[in-house]
Amino acid sequence: MQADPRAVLTGVHFLNGDQACCEGALAAGARFAAGYPITPSTEIVERFSKRIPLVGGVFIQMEDELAASIAIQGAAWAGKKVFTVTSGPGFSLMMEHIGFAAMTETPCVFVNVQRGGPSTGLPTLPAQGDMMQARFGSHGDYPCIALSPDSPQECFRLMIRAMNLAEEFRTPVFLMMDEVVGHMTERVEIPAAESIEVTPRRLTEKAPEDYLPYETETSKIGGSLTPEMAIAGEGYKFHVTGLTHDERGYPSMTPETQHKLIHRLFAKIDTAKDRIIELEEDHTEEAEVVVISYGITMRVAERAIQMARTEGIATGKLRLITVWPLAEERIRELAGRVKAFVVPELNMGQVVLEVERVTGGRTRVIRVPHAGGTVHKPEQILEAIRRGAMTVQGAGA
Amino acid sequence: MAKGSVIVRPERCKGCAFCVEFCPPRVLALSPAFNAKGYHVPELADPEKCTGCDLCGMYCPDFAIHGFRFPKPAPTAG
Amino acid sequence: MSASLNPAAPAAFPICENPAEQFLRSDRMPSIWCPGCGIGTTVNCFARALIKTGIDPKKVVIVSGIGCTGRVAGYMHLDSFHTTHGRAIPFATGLKLANPGLTVVVYSGDGDLASIGGNHLIHAARRNIDLKVVCVNNLTYSMTGGQAAATTPRDAITATSPYGAYEPPLNLPHLVAAAGASYVSRWTTYHVVQTMKAMERMLTRRGFSFLEVISPCPTLFQRRNRLGDGLDTMKSYKELGATRHNANLADLDMTMGGEIVIGNFVERDRPDYLEAMQAHLRAQLQEQYVDPYEHAEAESALELGELSCG
Repeated sequence: MQADPRAVLTGVHFLNGDQACCEGALAAGARFAAGYPITPSTEIVERFSKRIPLVGGVFIQMEDELAASIAIQGAAWAGKKVFTVTSGPGFSLMMEHIGFAAMTETPCVFVNVQRGGPSTGLPTLPAQGDMMQARFGSHGDYPCIALSPDSPQECFRLMIRAMNLAEEFRTPVFLMMDEVVGHMTERVEIPAAESIEVTPRRLTEKAPEDYLPYETETSKIGGSLTPEMAIAGEGYKFHVTGLTHDERGYPSMTPETQHKLIHRLFAKIDTAKDRIIELEEDHTEEAEVVVISYGITMRVAERAIQMARTEGIATGKLRLITVWPLAEERIRELAGRVKAFVVPELNMGQVVLEVERVTGGRTRVIRVPHAGGTVHKPEQILEAIRRGAMTVQGAGA
Repeated sequence: MAKGSVIVRPERCKGCAFCVEFCPPRVLALSPAFNAKGYHVPELADPEKCTGCDLCGMYCPDFAIHGFRFPKPAPTAG
Repeated sequence: MSASLNPAAPAAFPICENPAEQFLRSDRMPSIWCPGCGIGTTVNCFARALIKTGIDPKKVVIVSGIGCTGRVAGYMHLDSFHTTHGRAIPFATGLKLANPGLTVVVYSGDGDLASIGGNHLIHAARRNIDLKVVCVNNLTYSMTGGQAAATTPRDAITATSPYGAYEPPLNLPHLVAAAGASYVSRWTTYHVVQTMKAMERMLTRRGFSFLEVISPCPTLFQRRNRLGDGLDTMKSYKELGATRHNANLADLDMTMGGEIVIGNFVERDRPDYLEAMQAHLRAQLQEQYVDPYEHAEAESALELGELSCG
């Protein structure tokens, strides 16, 4: 289905990433948001609080991030498309409800405009230090979808995509921005509403007496592993719990139920990862060195890649627009061909750990860590590309 | 004739005796017999006096007993 | 069902179902609650209150947190949510704001609502959001084995106050009234009719409503403090319960063996959150304001894809 034109500001705008993210949420159909102020994410809900009374929806500023991250889930179960926004310290507080959303299969989006950490860290300066927290931060095992925009234009587009993926897979989806992308102001083109695809909620059409809240087409070939949803107030009288539950939604404290549920939660993302994973590649086929990165760091790396090419190093670019699930197959393919991967990140080495694991020692992986607070200098990345190019092939890491 | 009665679901009873203690006409008693879980279950010891007030039903934490009233007998002609 | 029928009954009579049964997930009975626990008694009162109000059960949603009372949601045949520890109120806030047509009941324990969830309790009362909060207070953390709670009276022995508690307990009616609740009441599980009536009142009024029900935890609190079993505790409530409607809220502290002040303490009209939001935004934005609830049904159908776009 298409976006509701009443909520879409079609035209060319000059917006920062936070504002563009808000417009993306509205275009995607978000009609409920809850938040708690935190730099550098606040502009998203500031704009939402101004826009939503003109569109028809609700914003509530909650008493803390724990409340914001569960209030949205209550609203989701009453039928709204929902999101919340935060930054590092608030993201830490939201962890429990990320697990709750994964376990209860509640469609919702968490936007994290990353700043320097740990703890209060650098409230107004960038980092990409929460990438592993998004992946593994809540307790227990759960799958994860995380997208990383590199511009305000992409904040708009990927927020819509995040909202759509959350509905399709009934799972929390992360939009992992950073302070630079959030506060950078650029041209943002918002297309006509009819050209914006919006994923409807997977509502059940079954009668209440035939409906099992967590039943899926597991046994059917090509069947969906995402259950159909009912919303409160329509007579389904369903039960939702963060406890391990069976298809009826009832708690069931057995290893068998746990096995079945957790395996299905992983499988619903895993079996669809080709559709979920979005990459941007440039000259990867003939490259001797490929730079793998995401978000603002890839924009800095662009300059380093150009410099390396003028020096005669065949340098490719692999931008992870979808960071989680990781593009394992593609990285593995390239690992057999290139001399080295160079992985700059605004953290001490997070996604690179996964790149190393996937590569399995078949090619050299060069980390370009950064503690955050500002972006890399292109020269730091260039130097790593040069080292990569000097790698004797077959010597491994 | 009694005005009402109680219905007991022995499989749910945990023998707390709230119903016995707080029955206004005190018509209930714990049976000497056990249910499957080993609890003594209430029974009507003085059936004539049961009013079917359902206070036992309100007190019971396990939804194992409730009271109800018999319909009033139709008035006889004359 | 096994009927222990009255031998003194008339020859033929209709058997009436337990009125609570229609609101229970019978396939989940018996409950996990211990013999003599009072939580189930409060559920009976709640079921009977629902019947008395005549409210459409389809529109009643129950939200619990974590703990023994947190299990209530799972036993109720209603749309029910068993959320995270302490967060039933903010979850319920989201539900209510997304669909004001729902009657949203929060049913949880003292540890969940007043300790880990204390901040949310205060702010929901401040906002006067239309939630009906039932707090079953057994003065301890039961699910985890009887540790000291924010509500544990001084000198009570618990698993984490083995020499007796020395922290002052929270006085919940005082707290929520100060924060702005528009209805505040406290009863005990002995006072079943009053509890049911308080619930009935909460279900039929608008605004943040709070009912505390003092309840026995025979397995942990009563046993450790040599207070006997559930029945002994119920009898003590009969003796210690002192009904004082509109009592001075500062005098409601719970003590070991002291009187338990019970009654309906607060009932006042304040604009609830939704009224305030709608009135204010409409006044400020005038015809530009799009009431999120005006065309609620058509709107949600459009957003959620029920109406085909061809």
